[in-house]
Amino acid sequence: MKEDEFKVSECDYNDGLYPLSRREFLQSIGGGIIILFTVSDAPTAEASRSSKKERPDFNAYLRIAEDGRVTCFTGKVELGQGVMTSLAQTLADELDVPLKSVDMVMGDTALCPYDAGTWGSMTTPYFGPVLRAAGAEARAVLIGLAAVRLKVPKDQLDVKDGVVFDRTRKGRKVTYAQLAQGKRIERRLEQEPQVKSVSELNIIGKPHNRIDAVEKVTGKAKYTGDIRIPGMVCAKVLRPPAHGAKLRSLDTSAVDETEGFQVVRDGDLVAVLHKNPDEAENALAKIKAEYDVPEARFDDKSVFDYFIDNAADGRVVEKGGDIESGHKLAQDVVEETYLDSYVSHAPIETHTALAQFEDSKVTVWASTQTPFGLQRQLTRELKIPIESVRVIAPFVGGGFGGKISNGQAIQAVKLAKIAKKPVQLVWSRADEFFYDTFRPAAVVKIKSGLTDSGKIVSWDYNIYGMGNRGAQMFYNVPHHRTTVSRELRSGENMHPIGTGAWRAPDNNTNSFARESHIDVMANRAGMDPLEFRLNNLTDERMRGVLKAAAEKFGWTPAKAPSGRGFGIACGSDVNVPVALIAEVKVDKQTGGVQVKRVVCGIDLGLVINPEGAKLQVEGGITMGMGYALTEEVHFEGGRILDLSFGTYKLPRFSWVPQIETVLIKADDSPSKGGGEPPIICVGGVIANAIYDATGARLLQMPMTPERIKQAL
Amino acid sequence: MAEKISFKLNGKPTSLTVDGDRMLLWVLRTDLGLTGTKYGCGKALCGACTVVVDGRAVRSCVVPVRSVNGKEVLTIEGLAKNGKLHPIQEAFVKHDALQCGFCTPGMILNAYSLLLRNPQPTREEIIQSMNNNLCRCGAHLRIIQAIESAAQEMKGAR
Repeated sequence: MKEDEFKVSECDYNDGLYPLSRREFLQSIGGGIIILFTVSDAPTAEASRSSKKERPDFNAYLRIAEDGRVTCFTGKVELGQGVMTSLAQTLADELDVPLKSVDMVMGDTALCPYDAGTWGSMTTPYFGPVLRAAGAEARAVLIGLAAVRLKVPKDQLDVKDGVVFDRTRKGRKVTYAQLAQGKRIERRLEQEPQVKSVSELNIIGKPHNRIDAVEKVTGKAKYTGDIRIPGMVCAKVLRPPAHGAKLRSLDTSAVDETEGFQVVRDGDLVAVLHKNPDEAENALAKIKAEYDVPEARFDDKSVFDYFIDNAADGRVVEKGGDIESGHKLAQDVVEETYLDSYVSHAPIETHTALAQFEDSKVTVWASTQTPFGLQRQLTRELKIPIESVRVIAPFVGGGFGGKISNGQAIQAVKLAKIAKKPVQLVWSRADEFFYDTFRPAAVVKIKSGLTDSGKIVSWDYNIYGMGNRGAQMFYNVPHHRTTVSRELRSGENMHPIGTGAWRAPDNNTNSFARESHIDVMANRAGMDPLEFRLNNLTDERMRGVLKAAAEKFGWTPAKAPSGRGFGIACGSDVNVPVALIAEVKVDKQTGGVQVKRVVCGIDLGLVINPEGAKLQVEGGITMGMGYALTEEVHFEGGRILDLSFGTYKLPRFSWVPQIETVLIKADDSPSKGGGEPPIICVGGVIANAIYDATGARLLQMPMTPERIKQAL
Repeated sequence: MAEKISFKLNGKPTSLTVDGDRMLLWVLRTDLGLTGTKYGCGKALCGACTVVVDGRAVRSCVVPVRSVNGKEVLTIEGLAKNGKLHPIQEAFVKHDALQCGFCTPGMILNAYSLLLRNPQPTREEIIQSMNNNLCRCGAHLRIIQAIESAAQEMKGAR
């Protein structure tokens, strides 16, 4: 065998996706061994593409450099969810190199091929397997090279820690670094090579501390706001009083006349620039602006009636059997309406961007979950070719679905273009609360039928204001129907304020409604809530997580309300079944709830980093207590009333329960994403536990002390 | 009005001429280039900007730089000594007591100040002391464990 075997055929390719032609792109990478690969398409990724043209011929690659270091280039972004670590583990294992020899280059449109975005818990299930395959391919190439170099048959060779050695003579060996020297080998992952079997894995499946931790505990980790470039100024934007407000008059003379300040206006976008962000912020107060504010259609209290009264007829999105016949078969029909509020993302890092024009090109650093999406937005906004826009997403200080639409980056670019100097824009906390793409408020009406044997026979599920993610029926119900109404009869959007994805979109509200209603039915059937669920479930994975959580918790059957304050809820998100069991204490005087303990059973398939997975479970449960108990955006029409952490209450240390996670052992099942599933049942489990403690059924989130007192 | 402010910053004497009314956070981040201290809310409500002044954790977003004149300021950049992480930093790494990492410098410095005045806090004391530092990712449980473990590690160290 000759080394020539590993040369790839010439392939020039440019569909406009990349700043460079594919050949130039590959030339720019440098020497070593390079494996190009394409991530299989998730349905959501498909749907998010603007056109067929957005199909890249590859969208990530790894390189083994001449010094033996391994680099993975991917458009994914580290938001705190830990994929920098889990992806490095994935690659290191298949390549048989130490984890510390892997570098991750993420979210840079000039260095990384196209990626649709970091959301939907898709990194692990869709990117992970292909990265494993690419690692395996690279390993095979290196073994082939080593066989030539060592003059030993391939099947006599093995690899450990980046060293290929002869199993029969340990002294005969060669390192990856030596093999990569002077090489320029490109391979395209065409068909999936054999990846390791579960028993061969050394790094995947083992708990590992986060590889970004040292940077983050020393303050060295760079977020967008920490980037400094020569000549840059800081911007603060003038926030209108309400969404939909139009600027009527503007007097900026008090700032214009002060040295060091510059006011920039582009339509309704008004900003003050100064070298210091705090001074720019102070100067905003000196600007006199008057706005025409549209009349409020509704506020946070009347929103639910408004939806019901004005919603267009729902569209049936899922059905089975015949709902009317189902209701007729029921001995008991249960009807209830569940309400949920607008919720903010509130990442601790507010939206930030830095924009720099050089000649006809622009470089933008941004806290974003979608660097390639932003690159395309800017291409349209500036009407410049895609190769003239570079977006870099450094570490992002929390996303949760809120850093997808990139409003701050568009503003920064507009300001930098006008000011003709680099502009860094950090949204203030109030800006963050105002410009957020909130989780939508929604109403869920359920009418369901129950037989004498405690079986659910009909399930009519009607959603107003959001979608049906998480509403797919997994209980055995012969007659069911789900309808969704997301528009007003007039055809307008229901929501007066921007809404968008929020960690497991729709599912938190849908799981709250469904699991509350299941408990109501269990109660009517006179059954223990766990027994009732199992009585209506044949899905083995869902039964598995319920039983695992129940066993860990030490669940003993009782009809609610038992006074113990125990609640149970289960659900599914991104093909991950999850069950939570909680214990709460309710102060009947104040209406306050203390969650004492939460046990989570979750089936993530083959877990890449068990410690990382547990961290996501704990994070999801902790964050979920916010939407369950306090988080609610108060508003009047387009006017947002909660603009600080003073009134918008996030979970705190004193809230945090004991959390125990049971990761179902399912190593033969594909790896799944754990960023979203753990949060979906927090509302339902707390509602059910409150009922068990007090006999009061909460039908609206958040379950504030006032609402609890009212329900009591 | 610009005035000369002198203080010890991470052990080194530092002087600068600056408007003394400006908040310490922004002077650190812009004039002094220490970006480990984060802006989270600007109203002392989240703790991302926490630094330690004369041994006490303060919210640098509401502390005028004039008020640290003659004092000792510790930021996250000054905690590791000669490349060796402080036991609290070590514990945060070991317990995965962070996710996005944006609140982390403030969490660590708040914990540092707690352990200065109360080297062996109870779990309840840790929770009370950390309660006004916000973390959105939900790393709270690990942060409590990390502080407990650091306190144990530092026992007898000073």
